[in-house]
Amino acid sequence: MAENALKFLESQPLVFALIKILIVFAVLSGLVAYLVYMERKVLAFMQARLGPMRVGPWGLLQPVADGIKLLLKEDIVPAGADRWVFLIAPAISVAAAFTCFAVIPFAGNFFVSDVNIGLLFVLAVSSLGIYGIILGGWASNSHYPLLGALRSSAQLVSYEVAAGMAIVGVLLISNSLSMVEIVTNQQKMGVWNVFLQPVAFVIYVIAAVAETNRNPFDLPEAESELTAGFHTEYSGFRFALYFMAEYTNMVLVSCIAVTLFLGGWLRPFPSVRALNILNYMPPVALLGAAVFIVWLGRQSRVAMERLFFIGLAVVLALLAGLVAIPVVLNAIQGVFWFTAKVMVFLYAFIWYRATFPRYRYDQLMNVGWRVMIPVALANLVVTAVLRYFLSSHGSASPAARLIGF
Amino acid sequence: MTLLQIAFFLLSTLALASAIMVITRRNAVHSVIWLIVTLFSVGGVFLLLHAEFLFAVQVILYVGGIMVLFLFVVMLVNLDVAAKQAQFNRQWQLALATAIVLMAELAYGIYRGHEGFTLAQASAAPATMGNTQAVALALYQDYMLPVEIASVLLLVAMVGAVVMAKRKLE
Repeated sequence: MAENALKFLESQPLVFALIKILIVFAVLSGLVAYLVYMERKVLAFMQARLGPMRVGPWGLLQPVADGIKLLLKEDIVPAGADRWVFLIAPAISVAAAFTCFAVIPFAGNFFVSDVNIGLLFVLAVSSLGIYGIILGGWASNSHYPLLGALRSSAQLVSYEVAAGMAIVGVLLISNSLSMVEIVTNQQKMGVWNVFLQPVAFVIYVIAAVAETNRNPFDLPEAESELTAGFHTEYSGFRFALYFMAEYTNMVLVSCIAVTLFLGGWLRPFPSVRALNILNYMPPVALLGAAVFIVWLGRQSRVAMERLFFIGLAVVLALLAGLVAIPVVLNAIQGVFWFTAKVMVFLYAFIWYRATFPRYRYDQLMNVGWRVMIPVALANLVVTAVLRYFLSSHGSASPAARLIGF
Repeated sequence: MTLLQIAFFLLSTLALASAIMVITRRNAVHSVIWLIVTLFSVGGVFLLLHAEFLFAVQVILYVGGIMVLFLFVVMLVNLDVAAKQAQFNRQWQLALATAIVLMAELAYGIYRGHEGFTLAQASAAPATMGNTQAVALALYQDYMLPVEIASVLLLVAMVGAVVMAKRKLE
């Protein structure tokens, strides 16, 4: 298989891959910037506030302003810091987060690469991100960052175990480490893995929240105890890199969860013919967004803003028209569903932050070691045993037979 | 030189250079960082040899797991004091002898080249099978018992570590 992959790579001009990498990188960077905006807005709405409103209509240009601000700020290196390590640490975090997207299948027709150890690759590279946190915290030569880094590494190592075991549950029923094959296997079985591995799914989601240092597991940067945790001493663009890494990781774990458990780029009920009407969802969704924006724009009292919103709605409506063309619709189908599912996850991440209070540190460790890991282990054993007995009767997809497909 | 060869020499140079950095840094954290670079480069060499499973395991276990614990411990040590303290092991004669033997072995190997060794025939994995499957079949079918014994050994070590870490047993 490795030879095949290599041959494929040699036959394919590298330029093609490079273009795909650039597209993924550009879209991700934009998404991450607007994810911060989305988080501020959603949190604000959940707390009956307005959120950013000043920069651009409805504060839509806030991410741009923030980016420029962070770029222009002074890059401070503390006097007692270990200079080189301090400078490199944030880059490690960001690089690790972005590299993982090389094997994420955004659609059946769009992924940077499909390697036969895809899942292991993601696990391996994402485990490098922790160095950015530890080294950054240590190199700052300051108390809060060091404590934050220690907490963070203990937390990440603990929850990585649970997440890993949850993933193995999925591996057992999909027979492959390739991300693309895991999705196509779900298509073949006619059922998403989340219905076969509900326990693993719940464990993975909890561990994913913990691994991205998000609320309610954001102890490494608990502001009431540790100022800002491991990045207390960072400012300007290096702080922005950490920020980017955190949000990129959020997108990454959402992508992995969608790929492993929620059928990746597959539409809901791909095998049910009666629901083929769902294929027309992309233009409908775009039209819906356009209508919503028109409604939003009518509330604005500033003439320029009204104009902007109407312009945006027209652009979306035109896009909807473009997407409605059958050829385009077919090409975009996978990406649309993948993005939609990832967005649900990202929204949930923000929702958690608005809803749950932060764990205490001992509670965090207790949940991790005394609940999550044993449950994940039990799930693994049960899955393996069922898999063994069901597959020994010659069924191609034992897991599907389990629930009567 | 093909692209593969260039990659190989790049990776092995990096591995060796960073290995030298590991033993020459005074700051233990820097040593750990260079050790990470070494392990990662070795992982890259595995990848060049089509051993992608070994690469993944190398990175997940050594780079992502064990080295994190190394850093964890080293960070808690007061480095300034540790650097000034005298080395507490006085067995440099033994260390020297071991090093010389090892160097001699290596020199012999390099001098004789390929003929100096009797290499076992590499087992040819079916072309349709990935590296991961081949390793799994070897470990869990052909060498089932040794794997189980090794895993029991690891379990004992783990339990032992827990017992030692827990000072008083309830």
